[in-house]
Amino acid sequence: MDMKVAKKLGLKERYSLMTRDLAWDTTFQKMADVFPQTTYEGIKIHDWDKWEDPFRLTMDAYWKYQSEKERKLYAILDGFNQNNGHLSVTDARYINVLKLFLGSTPPLELMAARGFSMMGRQMNGAGPRVACQMQAVDEYRHFQTQIHSISNYNKYYNGMDEFAHQQSRMWYLSDGKSFFDDAITAGPFEFMVAIGFAFEYVLTNILFVPFISGAAYNGDMAAMTVGFSAQSDEARHMTLGLECIKFMLEQDPDNLPIVQRWIDKWTWRGTRKLASVGMMMDYMLPKRIMSFKEAWEMYVEDNGGALFKDLARYGITIPKCFAQTVEEKEHVSHQSWIGFYMKPGATPFHTWIPTPDEMDWLSEKYPNTFDRYYRPVLEYLDAQEKAGNRYNNKTQPMNCQVCVSTMKFNEPGDSMEMCFRESVYRGEKFHTCSDHCKEIFDNEPEKYVQTFISSHQALQGNCEPDGVDVDAPDYRPGARMLDYWRLDERATGDFNGSDDQKNFAVWREQATKN
Amino acid sequence: MSNAFIAFQKNDESRCIVEAILDDNPGAMVDDQPSMVKIDVPHRLVIKRETVEEKMGRSFDLQELQLHLITISGHLDETDDEFTLSWNA
Repeated sequence: MDMKVAKKLGLKERYSLMTRDLAWDTTFQKMADVFPQTTYEGIKIHDWDKWEDPFRLTMDAYWKYQSEKERKLYAILDGFNQNNGHLSVTDARYINVLKLFLGSTPPLELMAARGFSMMGRQMNGAGPRVACQMQAVDEYRHFQTQIHSISNYNKYYNGMDEFAHQQSRMWYLSDGKSFFDDAITAGPFEFMVAIGFAFEYVLTNILFVPFISGAAYNGDMAAMTVGFSAQSDEARHMTLGLECIKFMLEQDPDNLPIVQRWIDKWTWRGTRKLASVGMMMDYMLPKRIMSFKEAWEMYVEDNGGALFKDLARYGITIPKCFAQTVEEKEHVSHQSWIGFYMKPGATPFHTWIPTPDEMDWLSEKYPNTFDRYYRPVLEYLDAQEKAGNRYNNKTQPMNCQVCVSTMKFNEPGDSMEMCFRESVYRGEKFHTCSDHCKEIFDNEPEKYVQTFISSHQALQGNCEPDGVDVDAPDYRPGARMLDYWRLDERATGDFNGSDDQKNFAVWREQATKN
Repeated sequence: MSNAFIAFQKNDESRCIVEAILDDNPGAMVDDQPSMVKIDVPHRLVIKRETVEEKMGRSFDLQELQLHLITISGHLDETDDEFTLSWNA
């Protein structure tokens, strides 16, 4: 008997049958009541069906490919862990970059999952709703796989186990937290620009591509597989962010100034968040593949530049901060590393002075700035350390009210002068790190006055471990910060002389001899 | 003119995909990096299912690219036969 085989549906047909055709407009309740969030930001949308996911990914295909990615990832993780892979990394300093990366990123992924779950509910169109739901599941996957990859390192090295507690309390984790808090408390369209464009397009391209390629170069298969597996989803996320921007611009010319303001704001916020990624690339990877400056040029100047040139047809102009970011690419990684080096008692990872070879590499990669501004500081700190006087700043840092980075960046055009800006709102002074953060503050002061900055709150007695009486006569604010952070003291201080350094040497020796 | 680009994890399948891209995109530039490979093409980059199938010696669904992709640059259009990234300016 002849069987009639139905022709397989094409990608376009399958996509429209499985997304838009399964959605309907509500009639018992007004659509505006069912989707109340998408109008108050001022964005005007006339036809939601114009938004299509260019990957044309349907849920069935999504599960199929994601499960394949997971199988590959866990096979590599298992193999890495079973073979004592942690001892095959270049040297034990490398572990510290993981402490920073894996200690700060998973909570942000979780926040992204929450944000995209909200978008998957709030967007009126079926196309964006489906794509946002997929992204929410992706972000959840990243959060979990990152924690799984930490767990093996956590058996051997100090300082990795309190990342969830530290996320809302630790001074240097506040910049990432504030980025996501700012995004998720904005409206849905601004959230899409913040995460879909600034975070995915600007930030993850550097964090998950050259930095992760560097992790591979340093022998860390666990971080490599987690990073690349995540980034394979990010390609879809960037596309979603870009579609959202094009969609807003095509739907109504009135959307242009709103979108432009968001692009200006979030490009800058993404740039500030990248300063610590720069330091991870330039200082913390023992074996380097490219400088942060080179990565910045490739993924932000060229790739971001291509996007802005393309969007010019809608009237979008290059973000206002762009010129300053180009100037800063020669400075921020050095300023960040020196900043962290100076606070050895306040991080659950170690810092160190680069070796002479590494300083030469930095001179070569940063011919305009390293020898002139940063080598002398590092050499001075090195001499002090060798004389038994390792620098240790025990004070609380001052943070920017908007990006919550510590104040450490220079005045535009003057590398010797630190940049501070000040705004007054309802009689109270607020400090920002730059003209761009000040502008963001001044535009929505009632939002940013609420920023929780632990290093400032500590001085007001608001960051104490349980049981401390802040009214006691001998109370000293900030004296119990290590308890408040739950900071493992073995994980603090200089790398030289640390447990990690000693243990790694012993274990590596054991791994090669009987 | 801006470059469209795509990057893959290095493995046997992506080796065939990269070969297919080089055949179908004159002017493609390959940037070999540790454990990954990035290909830039001025203006427009296309991956054709048929060419990939020829290189792999098996049938290939372009959505399988999801498994090896690391990042992309350009506006995307995906059909059953072609995966295209391009810039308008």
